[in-house]
Amino acid sequence: MLTYLRKRIIASALPLVVVIIGVFALARMTGNPAALYLPLNATDTMREEFAARNGLDQPILVQMAQYFGGIFRLDFGTSMRTGEDAATMALRAFPATLQLAATTMIIAILLAVVVGSVAAMKPNGIWDRCSSFISMTAASIPDFWLAIVGIWVFAITLGWVPTSGVVGAAAWFLPVATLVMRPFGTLVQVIRGAMVSALSEPYIKLARSKGATEYRVIGQHALRNAAAPGLTVAGDLTVGLVNGAVVVETIFGWPGIGKLMIDSIMQRDFAVLQACVLLTAVAIFILNILIDLGYALLDPRVRPSAGARKRRKARAAQGPTQGSDPRTPQLVGASMATTESIRGN
Amino acid sequence: MATLEQATQLTKGKKRSDSRVSMFTMLLRDRFATVAAIFLTLVVLTAIFGPALMGDRATAQDLMFMNKAPFDPANGWLYFLGSDSLGRSVLARMVVATQTTLLVAVPAVLVALIIGSLWGVWAGYHRGRREAVSMRIADIIMSFPSLLLAVVVLFVFNPSAANIVLILAITRIPIYLRTARAESAELQSRTFVDAARTFGTKSNSIILRHVIPVVTPTLLTLATLEFCFVMLAESSLSFLGIGIQPPDVSWGLMVAQGRQYLQTAWWLSILPGLAIVLTAVAANVLAAWMRIATDPAQRWRLELDRKSTKAFEKATRQAAKMQVKKGND
Repeated sequence: MLTYLRKRIIASALPLVVVIIGVFALARMTGNPAALYLPLNATDTMREEFAARNGLDQPILVQMAQYFGGIFRLDFGTSMRTGEDAATMALRAFPATLQLAATTMIIAILLAVVVGSVAAMKPNGIWDRCSSFISMTAASIPDFWLAIVGIWVFAITLGWVPTSGVVGAAAWFLPVATLVMRPFGTLVQVIRGAMVSALSEPYIKLARSKGATEYRVIGQHALRNAAAPGLTVAGDLTVGLVNGAVVVETIFGWPGIGKLMIDSIMQRDFAVLQACVLLTAVAIFILNILIDLGYALLDPRVRPSAGARKRRKARAAQGPTQGSDPRTPQLVGASMATTESIRGN
Repeated sequence: MATLEQATQLTKGKKRSDSRVSMFTMLLRDRFATVAAIFLTLVVLTAIFGPALMGDRATAQDLMFMNKAPFDPANGWLYFLGSDSLGRSVLARMVVATQTTLLVAVPAVLVALIIGSLWGVWAGYHRGRREAVSMRIADIIMSFPSLLLAVVVLFVFNPSAANIVLILAITRIPIYLRTARAESAELQSRTFVDAARTFGTKSNSIILRHVIPVVTPTLLTLATLEFCFVMLAESSLSFLGIGIQPPDVSWGLMVAQGRQYLQTAWWLSILPGLAIVLTAVAANVLAAWMRIATDPAQRWRLELDRKSTKAFEKATRQAAKMQVKKGND
């Protein structure tokens, strides 16, 4: 397990570094923050002083080296806007997004498991068709539009919930309902596909012939096997939630990391932007590892035990085979394209 | 079991009588897909001819027709979908926006499709280091939420339509790269590719003649789904203010502009959003149909006419029930 984790960390470190360098360079190309933070009639000496204070007078490579050096000392720079520690600001905003994402994913997974399983019980039946159409629609509604429709119907016309804010359960309703749609729609399709193929397996017949109740057959035997592809997709959807969070947090004034990122881009607050990007990237990295661990728990075949390693080596010696990677799209079969298309949106 | 055999016979007989059913007939066999295809054709036609037909009606302001509610025939056809606070027709603006929206989404999908597929097929065919490096690059692009990257990039470079197309294409290339690589890695170990290799065919012509034709249907289906995603991404960007810039207008931008009038004129942001949803759903339905129509194992569903499909499904269900009963006994 430790070898596996080490490999994973090394493999993910490269994308992490590239993303940070990319954002670092891009952020500096947005223009000189001095124009934004100093008064219009600021003298040249004031501008130079400002640049020197924020380290902007150094060549970009030196700035980058200083930044990476700072990361190892857990120093992520200070915000130009508020003078606060950038990491503190990012960490303060993070829980709000995390709570929103966690609530959304829990609701989406529960709903999708129920709807997807019921749909898979009678493929091509009336309920299957309805649920496939509903899930398709849910997955294709733009979140910002849904948020606006929600505000129009529930906040303006009916006046049941506030238009923005985080206080009280009512304020949670619209943001969560908006964000739930896409993960729900995609997950229903994946779980339905996986359940249909799981229900046609011999072990289901065995369970039925042994007299297991339908509830037990579906809940115990089929769902456990359909959970693996669902888990992969759910993980990718959680990454995609960050996209949705940017839009939804902006609309509902949710004080999360998405809003902080947009604000810091607009205000050229480089240190905060980089801290946010780093935090998001690390969170996604941890999430991916958790998914891989969950995958190994669900499916003993991909457990990186000694036996599996031996088998994998034998297979590699035989020549290239397909499907040795548990996360190749073929696993999901019919819902392949869906799985691929939402990967890391 | 008798019923299942009958049903199989039924399919086989049908297959023999008209073994090659054209894509068009298969499209007509699926009612949802037919409607979706007609709708998408209408959208494309609107995008091509609409702006010319509308002329300057999309920008013409008429203060006599300020904030008119939609679906009121008294205002004439031009104001059928209402008007905004400057008295501009929502219908005319939406027609013009159709063109802008498609001019971003379609090139972005095509660029990503062509680059990603060729790259993926090439990487999967050669395997080894080329494959590993390609997949690492895909991982790097995919390891970060694409919308945020687009936001940062578009804020640096000015958000022109060409830049939006470029950034959307780049963030979506890995999707095709991964799928094409997986398919072609599997194909390159098949016997027909081996045969071509034994004959001394160059790898580039094997890729072109033997690998690409097999992976094309999958990739086209994927591209239809991606069209949806790219259109939604463009609207999100326009909504955040870093996509299409006024005075140009796209559906996403119309939703954003109408947002502040939500209390007084709901139609300004609700109707363009509806256009996005309908187009996206239509593309999704069509992609689902394409997946079945290009899959040899599932195609029979569309090759049969509706009556026999229903009969077959009923028979299969009954057979399954009987089996279950047998199992329970």
